[in-house]
Amino acid sequence: MLYREAGQFKSTYAEDQQIFPIRQDRVAVALLLAVAFVAVPLFANQYWLSAILIPFLIFSLAALGLNILTGYAGQLSLGTAAFMAVGAFMAYNFVLRMPWLGVIPSFILAGLCAAGVGIVFGLPSLRIKGFYLAVATLACQFFVLWAIQRWGWITNNSPSGVIAAQKVEILGYVFDTPQRKYLLTLSIVAVLALLAKNLMRSETGRAFMAVRDMDVAASVIGIPMMKTKLLAFAISSFYCGVAGALYAYTYLGTVEPEAFTLDLSFRILFMIIIGGVGSILGSFLGAGFIILLPIFLSILFGALSHATGMQIPHSVISNLELIIFGGLIIFFLIVEPHGLARQWQIAKEKLRLWPFPH
Amino acid sequence: MYSLVALGFVLIYKASGVFNFAQGAMVFFAALTFVSLVERGVNFWLALLITLAVMVVLGMAIEKVVLRPLVNQPPITLFMATIGLTFVLEGLSQLAWGSQPHGLDLGIKDVPMEWLAQSTGMFISQFDLFASGIAAVLVASLALFFQYTRIGRALRAVADDHQAAQAVGIPLKNIWAIVWAVAGFVALVAGLMWGARNGVQYALTFIALKALPVLILGGFDSVLGAIVGGLIIGASEKLAEVYIGPMVGGGIESWFAYVIALLFLLVRPQGLFGEKIIDRV
Amino acid sequence: MNRTTLAITLAAAVGFSGGAFAQAKEQFVPANFYWVGPYAPGGSGIAGGMIDYFKMINARDGGVNGVKFTWEKCETEYNNARGVECYERSKKHPPTGATLIHPLSTGITYSLIEKGTADKIPIVSVGYGRTDAADGRVFPYIFPMITTYWSQNTAKIKFMGMKAGGMDKLKGKKIVNLYHDSAYGKETIPVLDAQAKIYGFQVTHLAVPHPGNEQQAQWLQIRQIRPDWVILRGWGVMNPTALKSAQRAGYPREQIIGVWWSGAEEDVIPAGDAAKGYIAAGFNVSGSNYAVVKDIEKHVYAKGNGEMNDKSRVGSIYYNRGVVFGIVTVEAVRKAQERYGKGKSMTGEQVRWGLENLDLNEGYLKKLGATGFMQPLKLSCMDHEGGGQVKFQQWDGTKWNVITDWIASDQSLVRPMIEASAAQYAKEKGITLRDCSKEK
Repeated sequence: MLYREAGQFKSTYAEDQQIFPIRQDRVAVALLLAVAFVAVPLFANQYWLSAILIPFLIFSLAALGLNILTGYAGQLSLGTAAFMAVGAFMAYNFVLRMPWLGVIPSFILAGLCAAGVGIVFGLPSLRIKGFYLAVATLACQFFVLWAIQRWGWITNNSPSGVIAAQKVEILGYVFDTPQRKYLLTLSIVAVLALLAKNLMRSETGRAFMAVRDMDVAASVIGIPMMKTKLLAFAISSFYCGVAGALYAYTYLGTVEPEAFTLDLSFRILFMIIIGGVGSILGSFLGAGFIILLPIFLSILFGALSHATGMQIPHSVISNLELIIFGGLIIFFLIVEPHGLARQWQIAKEKLRLWPFPH
Repeated sequence: MYSLVALGFVLIYKASGVFNFAQGAMVFFAALTFVSLVERGVNFWLALLITLAVMVVLGMAIEKVVLRPLVNQPPITLFMATIGLTFVLEGLSQLAWGSQPHGLDLGIKDVPMEWLAQSTGMFISQFDLFASGIAAVLVASLALFFQYTRIGRALRAVADDHQAAQAVGIPLKNIWAIVWAVAGFVALVAGLMWGARNGVQYALTFIALKALPVLILGGFDSVLGAIVGGLIIGASEKLAEVYIGPMVGGGIESWFAYVIALLFLLVRPQGLFGEKIIDRV
Repeated sequence: MNRTTLAITLAAAVGFSGGAFAQAKEQFVPANFYWVGPYAPGGSGIAGGMIDYFKMINARDGGVNGVKFTWEKCETEYNNARGVECYERSKKHPPTGATLIHPLSTGITYSLIEKGTADKIPIVSVGYGRTDAADGRVFPYIFPMITTYWSQNTAKIKFMGMKAGGMDKLKGKKIVNLYHDSAYGKETIPVLDAQAKIYGFQVTHLAVPHPGNEQQAQWLQIRQIRPDWVILRGWGVMNPTALKSAQRAGYPREQIIGVWWSGAEEDVIPAGDAAKGYIAAGFNVSGSNYAVVKDIEKHVYAKGNGEMNDKSRVGSIYYNRGVVFGIVTVEAVRKAQERYGKGKSMTGEQVRWGLENLDLNEGYLKKLGATGFMQPLKLSCMDHEGGGQVKFQQWDGTKWNVITDWIASDQSLVRPMIEASAAQYAKEKGITLRDCSKEK
C-alpha cells in the first residue's frame, strides 16, 4: 500500500530523469540521510562511531570504487588496497608539503594520484582480460606497497614507514571528536555516492556496462574501448584513493603500508560479492555485512559461553570465525549471486504489490 | 618447487575451468595433517596413507559442496568461491591441529653437497635433487595420464567443452570428482616438499600467490607451461634480487615475478603455452 | 533493512556481555591478541601466559588487595583495523574501563598512540612498538617497556664486541641486517647506521618481503658479502626459513643473532637441525623452573583452569613473555593502589602513575618468584623503557641455553636519538613537553 507509484505522473523530461524516480524512494533516501546526519551523531556512542560507522562508510566508498570497475565495467581488480594506499600516502604528502591547500583539495588530489596509478595499471586491460587481468592487478598491489616502503619521500623519511595523519581542519574548524570525523566522512561519502549513482545512469555508465557484457560487441557498436576501460580504472581508483585518505585521516590516524595488504583487497571484493555486484546500494550493504560479521560473531560466542557457562578456548572461536566467514561467502555465491542488493530489489517488488499480490 | 604447486592449479583449471585459489590452503592442510599424525606416533607410511585418503575425500567434498552448485556460473564467480574456500580450509586445519608450527623431517639432507660446491661452485642439496625428481615423476605420470588413459582423455574432453562431453556420454560428475581428488594428492606432495624445507606452518598458504605468476607466464592450461614458467620465474626473480635489488633498495622479489608475467602478457595474452584466445561476438 | 536488524542484535549482545561483568572490585584488562593467522603461535602463547598469571593472582592472592582481575579476549588478527575495533570495544568496559592495553603488534601500537593518549589509557608495548615513545614527556601514555628495539640492538653490537674481544675490534667487521620488510623490521636501521659510524664496521641492510618464506636471493647476497655477523630481525615464518637458507648457503648459524621475536621455540623447531647453534637475544628466558611458573602450575593448571590447550607450551619463550606482561600489569595496578586507595578498581590514568613509578628491583623480583626470569625494572616520567637489558641464548637443538648474563644497552647512544626523534614528533603534532619535575 505504502510503496505504490500509481498516481505519480511525469510531465517533464527532467522529472522523468531524476535519480530516484519514485517518490517513496526520494523520501526514504532523504530520511536516511537525515538520520545519518542528525540522529546518529546525537545518539550513537563513541564505540559505534569510531569503530563501526566510520570504517563502514570508508569501506563502503572503497567497495563502491571497486564496484564501478568490477560490477559496472566488468574488469576484476585485486589491487583495491594498493589504490587506497596511494590515496592515503599522497593525502599525507599533500597536507604535509602544501598546507595552504586545505584538507579537502588534498584528498581530491590524492584521489587523482590514485586515478593516475589506476590508469597505468589499467593499461594491460586493453590487451588482457579475465583472470589474467586479475593477476595483472596483483602486480599493482605488490608493486605499489613496495614502492611506498622504499621511497623515503612518501613517508617523509619515517624510519619505520609509518605516517601519522595530521589534524583535519577545514576553514578553521577542527575535526577531532568522533562525531565530527563521522560527519566529515559521511558528507564526502554521500556526495561521492550520489555522483556515482548519477554517473552510472549517464552515457559513460552505459558504455561501462556494454564493455562488461561483451567488450568485442561494445567496440563493434562504436564504444571507444581504450577510453572507456581506462576511464573505469581512473574513476574506480579515484574512489578508492579518497577512501584510503579517509582511512588514514578519520579512522586510524596512522597508517603503515602493511595496512593495505592483499587481504584488504579481498575483503573489499567480498563486500561487493555479498552486497551485490553492479549495484551502488550493494556496496553499502556488503560493507556493513563484512564489517559487522566478525564483531557480531565474537560477541555472539562470548554471550554463548556466558549463557552456558562453558569455556570455549579462544583459538577455537577465532578459527570458527574464519570458517563461518568463508562458508558464508560460498553460500552467498551459490544461493544469491547478486547479493543483498538483489534481495532488497525483490523486497521492493513485493512491496509494490502488497497487500494484493495478484 | 613452484612448479609443484602450479601443477595443482593447472590440473583443476584444465578440467573444470576453475582457478582454484584454495590450492595453497590445501597444501597447508595436507602438510599439517600429515605432520600432526606423525607427531602423534602414527607410522610414517600409515600417516601418508591416511593423509592421502583425507585429501582425496576433501577434494571430492569440495567438488560436491562448493563447485557442483556453481556449474555454469562465470569463472570469476568460481574463483571467488575458492577464495571463500581458502578461509574455510585455513580455519579448519588450525581448528583441528592447532596453529603451532611443526618441523618435518623426511630424512633427506638439505645441505649443499660438498664436492659439487667445490668443483663447480653450485650449491645444490640432495633435497633439491629429490624435489626435482619428485616433480619430474609427477609431471611425467600426469602427462601420461592425460594423454593415454581413458579418464585422461575424458578429462581433456570435459575441459574443452563440458556440454559436448556430456553429450557423448562422459560421466561429468565422476570426472570432476576425480580431478579434485588428484588435486588433493598433488597438494599433499607439494605440502610435504615445502613443509620439509621451511617447516609446516601457516605461511604455506602464501605459496599459492607465488604460483600465480608462474601460471600466467606458462598459460593456465598447460602442464608444460607450469614447469617452464616455474623455472623462468624462479631464476629471474632470484637474479633480479641479487643484481637489480641493491640498486633500488632490495626486496623486489615480492613483485618482480608479477611484473615479468605482466610484461609477458602484453606481448602474448594467453601465456607461453596457453591455447589461443579467440574473441567472438 | 538487514543492517538495522544486525545492529539491534549487536547492541543487545553488547549490553548483555557488559551487564554480566558489572560487579565492583574488579580490574579489567583487555586481552586483544591473535589466535589465527601466520603469527598465531606468538599471539596465543603470550595471551596464555598473561591470562594464566592473572588467574594465578586471583586464585592465590585473591587479586590485588581483593581486587580481582578480569579480561575479555578479542581477536585482532595482527591487523590494524581489527585491533582498533577491539580497542574501542574494550576501552569502556566496566568497572573502570581498560586498565592498560598490550596491543601486541607494532602496527596496532602506532594506531593507538593518539587514541590511548586521548582516552587516558596506557598503551604498554613490551619489547615492540614505537621506540621513541620511551620519552615519557612527549608520550605520556605510551610505555615501550623493558627494552626497545634500539636498545636491544646496541646490546647486540656489544655482544659482538665481547665476542671479538673489545669494541675497538669491531672496526672493519661486516654485519648484515636481515630484516622483515615492515615497520617492525625497519626500526633499527638508523641505530645500526649510527653505530657503524662510531665503531667503524660495515653494515648492509637486506629486506625480506613479507611473509618471508623466500630468502634464497638474500642469502646469495650474504654469501657474496661474507659478513662476520648476521642480525636477524624476523617474525613468524621468516625465522625458520632464514635458518634453513643459511644452512643451504653454508653460513654458520653461530654467527646469526636474532631479535627476541626471532628467538622462540616456534622459530627454531620448524628449522630442525638447521637451527643448532643459533643465538637470539631475549628479555625473558624460557623454562618452567621458576617460582612464578611453578605457582601458575600449582594454582591454575593443577585445577584444570589453564589457558593453554597444549600444556607443554607452559614455560616456552612466548608463554613466559606473556607472564612478564602479566607481572608488569599486576604490579602497575598494585603500585597505583598504594597511592589511590587499596582495594579499589584503578582507572587508566591512575595505572599510568603506577607504571611511571614502577620499581621492580632484585629484591622485589625475588618476592614475585621471578629472579632471573626477567630483569630489574625501574620506570620514570622521563624514561618509559626501564631496563633495556637482554640476555643471549643459544639453541642446542632441543632447548634454549642462556649464554650470557644481562647485557646492558648503550643508553648514551640510544637516549639522545630517542629524544631527538620524540622531539620531532612533538613538533609535527604540536605537543608541548610535559615537565617531569612537576610530576608528583
